[in-house]
Amino acid sequence: MAPVMPLQMAPEGKELRVTSINAGRGLTRRLIEMGFNERALVKVLNSHGRGALIVQLNDARFAISRGMAMKIMVDVA
Amino acid sequence: MGAKNHITVALAGNPNAGKTSLFNAITGSRQHVGNWPGVTVEKKVGKYTHKGIEIEVVDLPGTYSLTAYSIDEIVARDYIVEERPDVVVHIVDASNLERNLYLTTQLMELGTRVVIALNMVDIAEKRGDVIDIEKMAGFLEIPVVRTIANIGYGVTTLMDEVVKEAQKPEHHEHEIGYGKEIEKALVKLESIIKRDTHLVGIYPLRWIAVKLIEDDENIKERIEFSPVREEIEEFLAEIDTIDFEARMADKRYEAINAVLPQVLKKGEVGMTTSDMIDRVLTNKYLGIPIFLILMWGAFELTFTFATPFMDIIDLVFGHLSGWANENIEPAWLGSLIGDGIFGGVGFVLIFLPNIFILFLMLSFLEDSGYMARAAFIMDKLMYNLGLHGKSFIPLLMGFGCNIPAIMATRTIEDEKDRLITILVNPFISCGARLPVYLLLAGAFFGGQAATVIFFIYIFGIVVAVGSAKLFRSTILPGKPAPFIMELPPYRLPTLRTTVIHMWERGSMYLRKAGTIIFVFAIVIWSLSAFNGDGYIEETEKDIDEGELLVGDGAFEGKGRFTVLEDGEGTFTGTVLETVELKSGTYEKDRYYEGIELMEEEELHGDGTFEGECEFLSDEDGGRYIGEDFTVEESFAADIGHGFGPITSPLGFTWKMNTALVFGFVAKEVVVGSLGVLYGVGEDEDRVSDSMEDDKDFSPLVAFCLMLFTLLYLPCLATVPVIYKETGSVKWTGFSVGYGLVLAWLLAFVVYQVGSLMGY
Ligand SMILES: Nc1nc2c(ncn2[C@@H]2O[C@H](COP(=O)(O)OP(=O)(O)OP(=O)(O)O)[C@@H](O)[C@H]2O)c(=O)[nH]1
Ligand SMILES: [Mg+2]
Repeated sequence: MAPVMPLQMAPEGKELRVTSINAGRGLTRRLIEMGFNERALVKVLNSHGRGALIVQLNDARFAISRGMAMKIMVDVA
Repeated sequence: MGAKNHITVALAGNPNAGKTSLFNAITGSRQHVGNWPGVTVEKKVGKYTHKGIEIEVVDLPGTYSLTAYSIDEIVARDYIVEERPDVVVHIVDASNLERNLYLTTQLMELGTRVVIALNMVDIAEKRGDVIDIEKMAGFLEIPVVRTIANIGYGVTTLMDEVVKEAQKPEHHEHEIGYGKEIEKALVKLESIIKRDTHLVGIYPLRWIAVKLIEDDENIKERIEFSPVREEIEEFLAEIDTIDFEARMADKRYEAINAVLPQVLKKGEVGMTTSDMIDRVLTNKYLGIPIFLILMWGAFELTFTFATPFMDIIDLVFGHLSGWANENIEPAWLGSLIGDGIFGGVGFVLIFLPNIFILFLMLSFLEDSGYMARAAFIMDKLMYNLGLHGKSFIPLLMGFGCNIPAIMATRTIEDEKDRLITILVNPFISCGARLPVYLLLAGAFFGGQAATVIFFIYIFGIVVAVGSAKLFRSTILPGKPAPFIMELPPYRLPTLRTTVIHMWERGSMYLRKAGTIIFVFAIVIWSLSAFNGDGYIEETEKDIDEGELLVGDGAFEGKGRFTVLEDGEGTFTGTVLETVELKSGTYEKDRYYEGIELMEEEELHGDGTFEGECEFLSDEDGGRYIGEDFTVEESFAADIGHGFGPITSPLGFTWKMNTALVFGFVAKEVVVGSLGVLYGVGEDEDRVSDSMEDDKDFSPLVAFCLMLFTLLYLPCLATVPVIYKETGSVKWTGFSVGYGLVLAWLLAFVVYQVGSLMGY
């Protein structure tokens, strides 16, 4: 099984799958509403090292801060 | 139920889906549209008549769901859930169907009548997507209409559907099945809730049950005083609501994904142009330098491009002012029109070209999609400074006007992050402050003007982020909350929309010039042209034998002319006693033309003296033509002198004080006031020349005045907005007080250090 990691650590350009969200209830819900539900496929387009990320989710692009990206767990799809 | 002829329609949907564009297309309004999420933060109402039916259209802020996390979303949620419009038009971004449909599932559950406006079909189709709207409408049991909101395509068809839908009863038939276990819990919950007859009347039963499982704050508040509250809580404690909620969300996506492939045939998806642009603009190393270069370029353009236009306007108003002063009778009216209106208002209008170019840049920034990227690029820096990533957008907007900028903080979820962003926003140099800088830097720094102004802008930013850092380590401790923000695709703004946006906001400045600045120009003119004794006017008076008169003007007759301290003047006529003056010796009973008298010199003669002196008339008396008192003794001067003790350590004179006092109304008034105060009683056609002639007005003072104007007070219109957005008198007072203290301290340091260094 592919290792689960926070989105922050994920490699750029690889197809990833959201496995879970490690956050409080409200934030988890918000992320799901924005499309980060379990099994959603995402891709890191641009990683600023220790800074924020640009993530592709279907046809949307999101800027995600480091703190937030640590809460979204993914594995390589 | 008979046919309704008055219906309310709410426009709801994800952020940046095109709601406001559609609102504008339907109602013919010109509400603010921009290519980034979170443009609209309050509801806007418009009217439209469709085939005899009056429709009240309500534009709402964007939201991802009916659970609200930030103030703008609360506005949207409350309107849809509590106010219950007759129809909700759900604007769905066709180029991003799956996520958009999540909100649809929620609206369906709520049981409102929904019509889907499938917007941005142009974008979806351009990249080859094929959407079968008939099937889509069939599956969802909701009418679907294709629209392209920004060009108004599909509006009529959409409104047809809306009107049709409004006549139907509310229906809750299409709902999502959540699986046996959850359905059982929902049924049980419903049976409990049903006993609270009050609640049942307000919301659909099933919806309440779902929201209770989702731990929804608003619904929890609703059941606070319900007779069945305990029973509900007991039941909820028995089930694993967190797990249930997750499964429910899953089911919704499952339902969407069951429908989607049958409705949507996706075109080729390679790397989009937008992503390619992002490779460069948001590059790890290039992002910040590119941002800075763009800002510098925008700044340069605002400054240099406008110069020729400014010069023309300046010249026109200069001439108009001179003409009015000379040709309009009575003299006071000439001065009111010349100095007050052309001088004050015209002075502000000189900077109109700059304002327009500034807004052109900002429109481009907003419409292109770069705005949201800038927030991303700056996130790390912002974080280190204690500011939330989303704070960057309100800060950028502040360069236009602080009011919409402060409103834009509504999208920031965390209260502390939001408060800090509000508090530091007034330090960003808004468009109204630009004329002040342009005037002062232009008059005193010549070729260096652009650099000085750039420095002032940067200084404002430094103060803003420095204050944020300070607040974070003192009164509002903590770290900025993590953030997530959707990035819109880049779009090349059309010339038309950009120009419209520019005009919308630039014309505000024009309107302000015609209203508030106009009024205050007249107020300041009145204050400077009057004092307790009346209007400052040229007078002619006869002086009787032996009378003494002090004045600044021309004296005619036989008598003693004693030049006052600081004064000087010239005498033409017959000298009656031989005198030795600095300019030479003049003999008794000889006629001289233009004898120069310097300070504290005296001459006895028969003729005309012009200048400032004490005139003691001889036997026959004499005649005086001149000003009774000057602007130095007007009400305006009294006001300015009143603040003297506070501002003299900053090098400010009374004229500047008066201008600053009235500048609280609107910062442009500082310019208008200086225009009036340096115009009244001055001969120079151009007010800036009179300013340069003022020996107390050095470049250092001008610089301090710019700093002070930047920081000292949010303008009169901003204060109530700060109050409204913080909801606290304390924070509003703090914002005002902090600015004043900071302005004084910084101007003090700069002036004192500058003086010591000999500037
Ligand atoms: N190509 C295209 N662009 C559109 C369409 N509708 C809106 N836009 C553009 O999309 C952007 C967002 O439009 P808005 O009307 O501000 O969106 P909104 O939903 O009100 O956004 P928020 O108020 O931020 O939630 C603007 O740049 C519009 O010009 C459309 O049908 N096609
Ligand atoms: Mg909007």
